[in-house]
Amino acid sequence: MSDYLLEVKDLKKYFPVRGGVFSKVKNWVKAVDGVSFGIYPGETLGLVGESGCGKTTTGRCILRLLEPTSGEVVFEGQNILEYSRNEMRKLRKEMQIIFQDPYGSLNARMTVGDIIGEAFTVHDMARGKERAEKVKELLEVVGLDPYHARRYPHEFSGGQRQRIGIARALALKPKLIVCDEPVSALDVSIQSQILNLLKDLQEDFGLTYLFIAHNLSVVQHISDRVGVMYLGHLVELAPRDQLYSSPKHPYTVALLSAIPIPDPDMRKARILLEGDVPSPLNPPSGCTFHTRCPKAVAECRESRPELRELSPGHFVACHLA
Amino acid sequence: MIDIERKKVLIRDSYGGDALTPEPESYGKMVWRRFRKHKLAMVGLYILLFMYALAIFAPLLATQSYEAVDPPNKLKPPSMEHFMGTDHIGRDVFSRVIWGSRISLSVGFVAAAVAVALGVLIGSTAAYFGGRVDDMLMRFTEIIMAFPTFFLLLTIVSIVERSIFNIMLVIGLTSWPSLARMVRGQILSLREQEFTEAARALGATDARIIFRHILPNAMAPVIVSTTMRIGGAILSESSLSFLGLGVPEPYPSWGSILNAGRTYLLQAPWITTFPGIFIFLTVLAFNYVGDGLRDALDPRLKD
Repeated sequence: MSDYLLEVKDLKKYFPVRGGVFSKVKNWVKAVDGVSFGIYPGETLGLVGESGCGKTTTGRCILRLLEPTSGEVVFEGQNILEYSRNEMRKLRKEMQIIFQDPYGSLNARMTVGDIIGEAFTVHDMARGKERAEKVKELLEVVGLDPYHARRYPHEFSGGQRQRIGIARALALKPKLIVCDEPVSALDVSIQSQILNLLKDLQEDFGLTYLFIAHNLSVVQHISDRVGVMYLGHLVELAPRDQLYSSPKHPYTVALLSAIPIPDPDMRKARILLEGDVPSPLNPPSGCTFHTRCPKAVAECRESRPELRELSPGHFVACHLA
Repeated sequence: MIDIERKKVLIRDSYGGDALTPEPESYGKMVWRRFRKHKLAMVGLYILLFMYALAIFAPLLATQSYEAVDPPNKLKPPSMEHFMGTDHIGRDVFSRVIWGSRISLSVGFVAAAVAVALGVLIGSTAAYFGGRVDDMLMRFTEIIMAFPTFFLLLTIVSIVERSIFNIMLVIGLTSWPSLARMVRGQILSLREQEFTEAARALGATDARIIFRHILPNAMAPVIVSTTMRIGGAILSESSLSFLGLGVPEPYPSWGSILNAGRTYLLQAPWITTFPGIFIFLTVLAFNYVGDGLRDALDPRLKD
């Protein structure tokens, strides 16, 4: 028995590729292909990787917004993939999500009060005046004004809308929040406001975050531990400082070398990866990274490296590490 | 940036938080307020109100019966006795146009209702169930679409018995496919939107997601399209009547009056001119109202 709040075991999500007149399944996109990790209560686990590496899919599978193809998602000791629809609906109080797009994630035809208050209506927790009070409280918690409840989402800026999304996620007082690139769509100046808000909320409400992002600096700022994904696989998972100071996987090394340093005199060697990310329709054999890896050897082409613990808490999936 | 933010806070504080925000406005009120600002749409609305008033009060307004034949007075130009002249068998064109508004407007309305009902039903079923059902319904829709609509209309009309009701039905039955595709597209894209996912993540039931999140967002284009479709159906009926396949004699519709006057276009232009103006104004009005509704129903557009 682990002390994880959430544990993901060998999670897989394959999307069918259909074609032809009667939509036969032609192929499978292996968006997430055997990912395992755990999140401790109260911590923030960052999940980084390029576009299309499966990090968002992983987040959605955890919440069962997408049905995983196989694997286990264990929340507080229970495999929630076995839950019925009704059990799942109740569990939704415990885990919530904050979306990337502050425009698409709010229903343009509902007032902010209805958007945030929907959670209470859905779970029959409060109505009328009581609901309005709770919505007001939530608006204040995320730094908005109570009278904003009457307005429509289009009357707000991106940062404010993201605050509305956060208030909605907080409404049910969840234990886990999946933050799916919550700041990628915002101005840099607003990003830090939202990140700090998320940090404050974590302290105040004892939240656990799975923080999905592609910006390494953002992840470094907010995470306790960081996982790196490449083409549907988790390639490295380590405490934040350890990952940033001594990355073990060649892909992580290359990623970190790409972080810009705001000092013209400080130049460091960039590792430029050649080529593009291979298609997840037809991933390379063995280690999926071998096609672009500067250190690849014959073994990498043949067998897929398993995630193993190099030092306590530092997991790497590489034959050479 | 920061200064502006601070200023806002200051203004708000000195007047009290709620002073700047007007009382909340219901969705309906907001739509009406925005619709009223659209001048052409308001003109269209007045024209439509006028037309429907004509149709409702036809028995009071018509100076004569629409079927009373008076051969000695045929093809008379407009006069005090016959405001719009008489046709080739001496019927009063004014009375026929007034009575015709009943038929033309109701054909438009019912045909559009049939088309919308079918379109929404088929489109949303396809989008909701997806997979095989979607494939079958959409291929069927495409087959219907592949026929030139008007010829399909002509074929069916020449097969079935010609009655007002059948004409309405047939026009409705031939014009749903584009609507079905539109509704399906709308729902498919709304289903993938993050706000739908957010509702699912909150634990909302399917019914709630459909009725609170998807349909309200999909309805605006449907309402707009319905409005324009009424105009389109009136035109279709007129075209059919013009070819002699529309509403059977002696019932007048704007199209059939046009048809009757066709032969006397040069001798007695009043027979065709007046119903023509009515068709033109009504269809135009429906299009303007549709335009106005489209802008008014979308809260994302600025006032």
